[in-house]
Amino acid sequence: MARVFERLSDWVNVDAALVRRGRYLSTTFLIEVGEVAWLVTVHEGRVTRVERGPFLMRDWAFAVRASEEVWRRFWQPTPAPGFHDLFALTKGGHARVEGNLVPLMANLRYVKDLLAQPRGRV
Amino acid sequence: MAEYEPIVGRYLKLDLGGRPHRLYVEEAGTGIPLVCLHTAGADNRQWRHLLNDAEITRHFRVLAFDMPWHGKSLPPVGWQDEEYRLTTQGYIDLILAFIRALGLERPVVLGCSIGGKIVLELARLHAATFRALIGLESADYQAPWYDDTGWLHRPDVHGGEVAGAMMSGLIAPQSPSETRWDTLWMYMMGGPGVFKGDLFFYRADGDFRDRVSQIDTSKCPLYLLTGEYDFSCTPEDTERTAAQIKGARVTVMREIGHFPMSENPAQFRRYILPVLEEIRAHG
Repeated sequence: MARVFERLSDWVNVDAALVRRGRYLSTTFLIEVGEVAWLVTVHEGRVTRVERGPFLMRDWAFAVRASEEVWRRFWQPTPAPGFHDLFALTKGGHARVEGNLVPLMANLRYVKDLLAQPRGRV
Repeated sequence: MAEYEPIVGRYLKLDLGGRPHRLYVEEAGTGIPLVCLHTAGADNRQWRHLLNDAEITRHFRVLAFDMPWHGKSLPPVGWQDEEYRLTTQGYIDLILAFIRALGLERPVVLGCSIGGKIVLELARLHAATFRALIGLESADYQAPWYDDTGWLHRPDVHGGEVAGAMMSGLIAPQSPSETRWDTLWMYMMGGPGVFKGDLFFYRADGDFRDRVSQIDTSKCPLYLLTGEYDFSCTPEDTERTAAQIKGARVTVMREIGHFPMSENPAQFRRYILPVLEEIRAHG
């Protein structure tokens, strides 16, 4: 799983269409994989920093939390029904989205595409 | 010479709720009238593959209109001071007015999502009017997957971008890129607040849990088909609905989400052709 987060900035930043889509987004958000938290910092569509927790008193805009097993299923090349989309996960009780959702919803396609980067690559 | 598709588009003058409307209608084919209803926040382009399918238009006169406020159908005069909201009664009135205006005799209605849901009320209240009714992604009720439809209409979130991004999850991963993005484009193009206004019917006014058991399929056959990747109206929602309706026919469509005819026309064809064939055979 660490490998996913080591590679994330490379996957995103070489994708010119994805970076352009996220050009109005500069924020830090949290992705939780089971017990392990990761902070992803985006500046104008480019992933500039990925840090591994635990964190103390760190600020983030929004969080997406799911178990390692759920992320593995989400990142299958062809995910099963219910594991194919962020909101399929939340409706099914497999993931939680928390915090300030305005930057998420205003940049939803970008964030969904970012979260799907590991699909078929891990 | 460049080639025209067989689809013809025209504008129908229709009074709805005592107000004049200009309804955009596309049609192709001859035979049994088949009226197709698009999903919330979208328009009749979702049906273009069906309208272009010679196998279907050989036996069916396929018609698809843009609901008022959608696609090329303008909102009624005075819209600028109104909040658009689709209701069960308004939707039924629209469909019946359309059928009457064109003098369609015993048409089949094929609707998806909100169109699939309204089919249940057509079956309950107006069975004798129809030859058969087909609901795609149809249920008496669906548990919401987001609490606040306000996300779809607010000044700090682009309504088209967020609608497209939300709907992307309701498309099966197997659906081809071209038709996936066609489908999302329609969502990205919707007028402000229109998708949200349709969802008032889909989520609130169209809760039919207390009445679907009254449907009598001996008066009019009812087919319900739902995609396995649809987490808005799930296969379980459709199956639970059908369990209350004696004679309702249910199919779960593999590798399909919430927009069968639009996201993966080739896959949908495998499921809809036998249904249309059966309806035609029964006369």
